[in-house]
Amino acid sequence: MRNLIGASLLACGLGVSGFAFAEPVKVGMITTLSGGGAGLGVDARDGFMLALKLAGAKDIEVVTEDDAMKPELAVQIADKMIQSDKVDILTGIIWSNLAMAVVPNAVAQGKFYLSVNAGPSPLAGAKCDKNYFNVAYQNDNFHEAAGNYAQAEGIKKMFILAPNYPAGTDSLNGFKRFYKGELVGEVYTKLGQTDYAAEIAQIRASGADSVFFFLPGGMGIAFMKQYAQSGVEIPVMGPGFSFSQDVLGAIGDAALGAKNTASWSPDLDNAKNKEFVAAFTGEYNRLPSIYAAQAFDTGSLIAAAAAKASVKDADAFRAALAAAEFDSVRGKFKFNTNHHPIQDFYVREVIKNGEGVLTNKIVATSFTDHQDAYVKDCKL
Amino acid sequence: MQTALLIEQLLNGLQFGVMLFLMAAGLTLIFGVMGLINLAHGSLYMIGAFACAGVAAATGSFWLGLLASLAAAAAAGAIVEMTIIRRLYGRDHLDQVLATFALILIFSEGTAWLFGSFPLYLDIPPLLQGAVELPGGVRYPIYRLAIIGVGIAAAFGLYLLIARTRLGMRIRAGESDREMIGALGVDIRSLYTVVFALGAALAGLAGAMVGALQSVQVGMGEPVLILAFVIIVIGGIGSIKGAFVGAILVGVTDTMGRILLPALLTAMIGPAKAAGIGAAIASMLIYIVMALILAFRPQGLFAARG
Amino acid sequence: MSRETLLNAGLALLLLVLPLAATALGEPFYVSLATRMAILALAGVGLNLALGFGGLISFGHAAFFGIGGYAAGILAGHALNAEPLLSWPFEFSGSDQMHVVWLVAALASALAALLIGAISLRTSGVYFIMITLAFAQMFYYFAISWPAYGGEDGLSIAIRNGFPGLNTALPMDFFLICYVLLMLALVLSWRIRDSRFGAALQAARQNDVRVAALGIEPFRTRLAAFILSGMITGVAGALYADLNRFVSPSMISWQMSGELIVLIILGGAGRLFGPVVGAMLFVLLEFLLGGLTERWQLFLGVILLGVVLFARGGVIGLLVGRARHG
Repeated sequence: MRNLIGASLLACGLGVSGFAFAEPVKVGMITTLSGGGAGLGVDARDGFMLALKLAGAKDIEVVTEDDAMKPELAVQIADKMIQSDKVDILTGIIWSNLAMAVVPNAVAQGKFYLSVNAGPSPLAGAKCDKNYFNVAYQNDNFHEAAGNYAQAEGIKKMFILAPNYPAGTDSLNGFKRFYKGELVGEVYTKLGQTDYAAEIAQIRASGADSVFFFLPGGMGIAFMKQYAQSGVEIPVMGPGFSFSQDVLGAIGDAALGAKNTASWSPDLDNAKNKEFVAAFTGEYNRLPSIYAAQAFDTGSLIAAAAAKASVKDADAFRAALAAAEFDSVRGKFKFNTNHHPIQDFYVREVIKNGEGVLTNKIVATSFTDHQDAYVKDCKL
Repeated sequence: MQTALLIEQLLNGLQFGVMLFLMAAGLTLIFGVMGLINLAHGSLYMIGAFACAGVAAATGSFWLGLLASLAAAAAAGAIVEMTIIRRLYGRDHLDQVLATFALILIFSEGTAWLFGSFPLYLDIPPLLQGAVELPGGVRYPIYRLAIIGVGIAAAFGLYLLIARTRLGMRIRAGESDREMIGALGVDIRSLYTVVFALGAALAGLAGAMVGALQSVQVGMGEPVLILAFVIIVIGGIGSIKGAFVGAILVGVTDTMGRILLPALLTAMIGPAKAAGIGAAIASMLIYIVMALILAFRPQGLFAARG
Repeated sequence: MSRETLLNAGLALLLLVLPLAATALGEPFYVSLATRMAILALAGVGLNLALGFGGLISFGHAAFFGIGGYAAGILAGHALNAEPLLSWPFEFSGSDQMHVVWLVAALASALAALLIGAISLRTSGVYFIMITLAFAQMFYYFAISWPAYGGEDGLSIAIRNGFPGLNTALPMDFFLICYVLLMLALVLSWRIRDSRFGAALQAARQNDVRVAALGIEPFRTRLAAFILSGMITGVAGALYADLNRFVSPSMISWQMSGELIVLIILGGAGRLFGPVVGAMLFVLLEFLLGGLTERWQLFLGVILLGVVLFARGGVIGLLVGRARHG
């Protein structure tokens, strides 16, 4: 949908210092709204729009388009938004392969790109750019947090599992970066695989104390349902994506008790998060996912930066973004030199809330002020 | 590798195979009788899964959902056949590919419109929860055994239907000579609708049963569709027997390849690279098998004709 | 001149005027949209040689498209980092020049087409459709899991490959390169159709035995056509990678093979300009519908279905009447 939300909501209470720059900002949102991955894109879009609404960000106009998870189409839409719609900022991409296709071109044309989710390692390291900001995480982070947690818990034998593609190998490498115990199995599955009986049999036979798996989207749903049926009792853990709000409903009770790591949780205790969760639930009648939370922060950041500097003054606007002076649903938030967050990572557990809806609750902190492993390769 | 694990993996391959058979049977039947390439067969699988999940969520009963999946897929199949597919029988394969490709887009987006963008929940019925101990000390999920049972029953039922009934006779006649049965006074139009609906119902059944094990989401049908095409081509297009053999072959090859290749490569080149390379070859394995079979038997294993 | 020839000339002119007008109006995006049309049309012209003239319905041409794309990406990457790509049998350090890239893309695609064709052409009908799909799937999974060149994340091309005398970074220069290549491929395609070879190819489509009786080996004729077809589509893939400055396994996906077939049928299979019309319409539809609604794929489906059911012989067939060769 080409959501021309001319958010000229009369900025309620101009108490905030300087809405002096009433320069209009045009944001192009490219995200996945059709096909199997649409849930993530819909959450990101809704979270982003909600942030602009709550911030009363006047003169931020958003153009939204569906990338159908195709990198080539995403490039075409980005070109159109930059050259034809004349957007100042691009955002919204969920998947790393689409980000790798779009981001280098967009920043080369002098546009800002703010990532709501994808954080491929080249963009954090050697190919970092002054106009690229990742508001979410670097791809390895959640997995590192899980590895760190497994290490801290003193788990002796781990079985680890991910699809055979770059994000999958990055995931297991991230896990292994902090987990130093014994690996009794390291398995790569086919991307898009839906039957995990063979892998579950291997897990059963491995004698592992715990299983770490990264299987995004439908793959993870299939794995968890089949795992629960298999009678294997070995506890599982994963990155927050595997147990995010968008998939918990489809996994069902099989997810109860699973540990997962993320930089955000609906029960994270700060005022902005409470406001966000309540507003999101009120507006869309469902609990927000991690994607919605990250996109919400992205929206808040843009609104805050636009209030401080004109987007036409690239240096000033960039400085305003880098300062990251906004209320994050993650509590504290700051950018590293490579424009990726330095943030805390939590261990969450899947529970049922008061209404019987599956959701996550924080049970431990894995990292405090964690930064990614690629920042040293970035020459910013 | 222990024998118990090997047996378990063989069962997994068998289960995957019979599930694929349900898809492939409909596809090969439709091709055999009507000469139609139906790319939208995966959409009927998806419709079955969504119907089952939707009805199970509303009524709390998986079994009602299963019935609904058969009904919904058969109805969708019959409607599509009568309104669109019917016009394509006389056309060449190209037009059929384009039209059924368009149907995929319509079905996928239509389903997303109706059910939203998030995957649906569908659980195994309480009766079939959990695992049982098999002779030899293998613990195996009951539900997967049930799928094997249903798949084999469906194969047997199809065999009886085609070999023993009037409808089956007409189907066989249609496969061997399309013009002839018209001349014999058989109502071809309704025969075609029935065959298409039957194929659709089998796909819907597969979708519903697998939906309880996997994620019920838009686009779930296409990966299965491609495997089903591989199967009917390996087996020989139009041959139910070929579809069955091909399905088991693909199911077992895929499952065992995923397990054995990384293990084999670990022995050869060490564990560091084996996991990745082994998985890469395993994901190509069934296509390699298919190319090999067609290189030596260009009409598949059980060519129905010629 | 027949109506079809007039239409073809008009289309060739339209595709050229569109970006010129866009440049004059200061809308550079439409130049890249026209470039996309030209490149997909070129890929379609390649496929049309096998599919339209030879009746070889390849559901795996994305393999060649992707091979061409990776040729561009890999050569550019090695040239940029000055890492030798080959040290044996000769030293080859990659290239950032388009004509070298095209040559490599065409050769690599030809080799792949020889391999795929030699096995696939033993089969026919649906078996051929599916075995070509199977080969493309092998390449697809290989590209996804092979880590050296990015796997599923794909491979970025930092700077678009150059061409002597032109600044390929300028949209118009790059468009002209693609346009000229498309026209050359169309001329080649036209010459082939009316040649002895083309006659044999089309005759073999209709009657294998009769052609064999005339002393022409249908298998070799088809294989030659298939290889040439793969080469053209491969060059188009290299251009596509340069257009997006990015190549990824999605260029080899079965959906891409499907789209190539779709745009040929949309325009009119076997028509010289069928792929051109098809590509122009397909890109335009994707662009316009995508801008209008989130559910654009639904409407795209309905339109495609309408074309198959009510415009037999594609859009060209609709405009100029039934095809000359059935």
